Parts: sequence; structure tokens; C-alpha cells
Amino acid sequence: MRATKKRQRIFGSRNAWIWFLLPSGIGVLIFVCLPFLDVVRRSFLTVVIQEWAGIRNYQLIFENQAFLLAVKNTLRFTAVCLPILIGLGLFLAVQLSRLQKIQFLKSCFLFPMAMPAAAIVLVWRMVFSKQGFLNLLLNSLGLIPESGPVDYMGTKAAFWVLVFSYVWKNLGYTIVLWLAGIFSIPSDILDAARVDGASERQCFWRVVFPNLKGTLYTITVLSFLNSFKVFREAYLVAGSYPHESMYLLQHLFNNWFVNLELDKMAAAAVCVGTVLFLFILLLQKLWD
Amino acid sequence: MRIARYIQTNIRKLFLFSLALFFLMPAVLVLSGTVISRLELEQCLAPLSTGAEEFITWKFFPRYPTFEHYARVLFCTPQFFVVFWNSIKIAALVLAGQLLLAVPAAWAFAVYRFRFRKVLFTLYVVLMLMPFQVTMLSNYLVLNGLHLINTHAAIILPAVFSTFPVFLTYRGFCALPESIIDAARVDGAGEWTIFRRIGLPLASNGILSAMVLGFLEYWNLMEQPLAFLEDKSLWPLSLYLPEISLDQAGYSFVASVITLIPPAFVFLIGQEYLERGIAASALKE
Repeated sequence: MRATKKRQRIFGSRNAWIWFLLPSGIGVLIFVCLPFLDVVRRSFLTVVIQEWAGIRNYQLIFENQAFLLAVKNTLRFTAVCLPILIGLGLFLAVQLSRLQKIQFLKSCFLFPMAMPAAAIVLVWRMVFSKQGFLNLLLNSLGLIPESGPVDYMGTKAAFWVLVFSYVWKNLGYTIVLWLAGIFSIPSDILDAARVDGASERQCFWRVVFPNLKGTLYTITVLSFLNSFKVFREAYLVAGSYPHESMYLLQHLFNNWFVNLELDKMAAAAVCVGTVLFLFILLLQKLWD
Repeated sequence: MRIARYIQTNIRKLFLFSLALFFLMPAVLVLSGTVISRLELEQCLAPLSTGAEEFITWKFFPRYPTFEHYARVLFCTPQFFVVFWNSIKIAALVLAGQLLLAVPAAWAFAVYRFRFRKVLFTLYVVLMLMPFQVTMLSNYLVLNGLHLINTHAAIILPAVFSTFPVFLTYRGFCALPESIIDAARVDGAGEWTIFRRIGLPLASNGILSAMVLGFLEYWNLMEQPLAFLEDKSLWPLSLYLPEISLDQAGYSFVASVITLIPPAFVFLIGQEYLERGIAASALKE
């Protein structure tokens, strides 16, 4: 009698997870998983009459100039931004970790996170347009090129404005992640290295850095995914069709959505989703 | 040696402080713009609209500071309140929904060992990392099927089922020693009681950081309302602000400052949790 009751209790407690997970699980299933399967199905169909199209949609997007441009720009943006953000973040985090009171400084670096994209757009226009503050500064330093001041928004420089905007917004996040990593290294390892006569530089490269691998993984993945949100600034500053140097995948998806080109969207969503999934798994493998 | 070290520290401080101030500059610029009179602003920003060859100017301390723009936003533009209220409603309902769903789900992942737990959790992590563009079409298909396009529910419902808060609270629960839960079970506590009495108090850190990060995210939400809301009276602040044209710069600055107040407030009181949340978003130890 007692034994069965005990078994029942264990049995009951083992299955209680279902009730805790169910509400969230059903939502995820209905709003994310099932519709994504539908998107996979649609990527093989034509958009209007829903006929089987095989891999036609995939062929279409890979022949599509806009898609190729957007992929190229997105890759370029990531390839430029991530090293800058991660490197600069690590440098600043190391500098900060050597000071005593860093709360105020951390707040300053984190503050751009709270700044709504919409509020920043007017500022960027004031700074980066042809008559803006950046050119004003360059002018007073005598650095304006012969051909006259550059409009940073409407030329190739737009790409770098976007890079700057992204780094400005995400640097605080990166610094906090690095700092958490640095402070989690046991101080006795560092002390031991110092006692053995290691210089500050040696301490960093031989002791601190190898211990930050896990943090590097996290920062890379999160920065990469946050890089998709740069669309907000890009869209607000330059609209649906910005200068071609900053036409990103996000613009493309948005424009396809507006034009109801759902077949291409489905194929592209499957492609981008798969690439991202593989990227995450690959990074995870690399860091194991 | 000591002097060299002292100098080095101070250079480091100087460098970091000036960089930090540089990071705050945009906010200062917006804030100072709110008290410049309409006429003066027009003069300052004239080159932007006329395309003249001169540069724009700025006065951090205007000659005749004014609150006319504040008065205009607060008393003369009722649509601003509609939009502000939309933003509040979306952020509040999303956060409340996330709290109700994510905390129990995180508890299930942290405390119980069941089949497919690992697979499911990996699925949750991958979903949390997918950008909106990948899920945009699937979101649209569901929302369209449920006839929710062009309602606030189209923004709120998908966000409520975001898996990011599950992940953040999960971290908090993992620190809980298994022996405590077993002890509670032996003492005859039901699963629900254990969750309420032991789990919830422990989760408060994770919950708060999820709320702070979530608020900053949902207050700035742009992609979703842009795609799913056609009716301008349903728009949140993040879409309404950029609509204000340059000749109403003062109005735009004030609207920006008011938009900035709630996140700045959350940021100031929640910074500790924000930092913890960021640190907890580390994908593995």
C-alpha cells in the first residue's frame, strides 16, 4: 500500500513537467513550429494556384539580383561589424576591469540600448548629412576633400554609418558580457601567474584570453543576431530602398512582404533559417 | 614605477570617460533640442531642408529657452497620447503574457528530467536566436488565418510566445540544488506548491532581467508593427516618431524625449538586472 503510494507520487511528480511546459509549448507549436513547416511546404509551391513547383522558387531567388545583393551586403556587414564590435568590446572591458568604480562608465556604454531607434534617426540625420556635424567638424579641421563635403547617407559611406550605428548601440551589451567572463576567472590563477613573473600582457594572452572562449561564443552568436535589428535604423534613415551599399536581407524580406511575393519569401526564409541553424551548430561544435 | 602606474591609470580613466560621454552625446543633443524655440531651430537646421552649401549649427544653451514644444505635445496633439498608449499597451501585455508562460516552462526544463528534454530545449534556444525575417512569413500565415492582421494582437501574441525569457529564467532555476526539491517532496509538498514556494522566489532575478531586457525590446519594436499594422491609429511610438517631418523638429525632439523616458527609467532602476540578464544570456558557462 505504502509502496504503491510512493510509486504514484514519483510517477505524478515525473509527469508534472507537462503541465508547466504545456501552455508555452502549445503557443510555440501554433505560432512558430507548425507555420514554419507550412512555409517549408509553400517554398515548393507556386504562389497563386499553389501548384507543385519543385525547386523552382529556390532557383528564382538565386537568380534574383536583389537577393544576391542583399546576401552580399548582409555578409559584408556582418564580416565588418562583428570583429570591430567584439574586439573593441574586449579592449574596453579589459580597460574597465582594471579600474575600481566602473558602474557609471558601464551605464554610459549601456545607455544606447535604451535609446529608441526612432529617437536616434533625427540625430543621425543631423550628424551624417551633407550639411551635418561630421562635415562641420572636418571642415574646421581643414579635412574636407576638394570635391566638397560628402553626403554620408546617400553614398557608399551609408554602409559605414550603419556600422557605426550598430557598434554604438551594441557595444555596452558586449562589454557587459566580456566583463562577466573576465570576472568569472578565478583570481588565484592570475595571482599565481603574477607570482611566477608574468607581465600584464602575458597574463592577458596566456591566462585570461584562453578562459574567455565560452564568452566569445556567446558574444558572436548574440551580436550576429542583434545585427539583424540594425534594419530599424537603416529603414528609418533611408526607407525601403536605401543606397545599394546598405540594401540588406531585411529590406528584401520587407519589400517582398509588401509586394506579396510569398513564394520567394518562403524559399528565402527556409534558406536563411537553415544557414543560421547550421551556423549556430557549427559555432557550438567549434567551441566544444 | 608607482608614478608610471598612476599616470597610466589616469590616462585610462580619461580615455574611458571621454568615450562614455561620446556615447551619451545623441541623448544630450535630443534633450537640448527640446528647449530651442521654433524660429531658432529653423535657422539652425535650415541647410538640411534647403540643401544649401552651409553647415547646420547648434546651440546647447539657446538664447531664449522655451517649453513651447512640450506644451504643444502635451496639450495640443491628442494623437500623441493614442500612440503613446499603444506602445504602453503592447509592451505591458507582452511582458505579462511572457511572465505567465515562460516562468513555468523554464521550471519544467530546469527541474524535471524527461524524454526529449534536450531536443526541446535546443529547439527553444534556436527559436530564440532566429531573427524576425525568418519567422515573418510563418507569423503572417498564422495571424492571417486567425484574422488578427491589423490588430494589436498580431504584435502581442507572437511576442508572448518568445522563448528568450524562458531561457533567461531557466538560468536562475538551474542554481537550485536538487536536494531541496527532493526534501520538499518527501515532506509532502505538491509539485505546484514547490514551484510557488521555492521556485518563484528564486526566479525573481531571472524574471526581472527578462522583464527589463524585454521592455527595452518591445518598446522599440519596429519590424512587426511595420509588417502587421496598417491602421496608423494602432501604431506604436517607434513608428509614429519618424513620421514627424523636419519642419516640426522641436515637436519631434520632445516626442523623442518622452519616448525615451520610460526606457530610461526602466534602465536606471533595472540596470543591475539588465546586466545580470545580459550575463545570463551567455549560452553556456
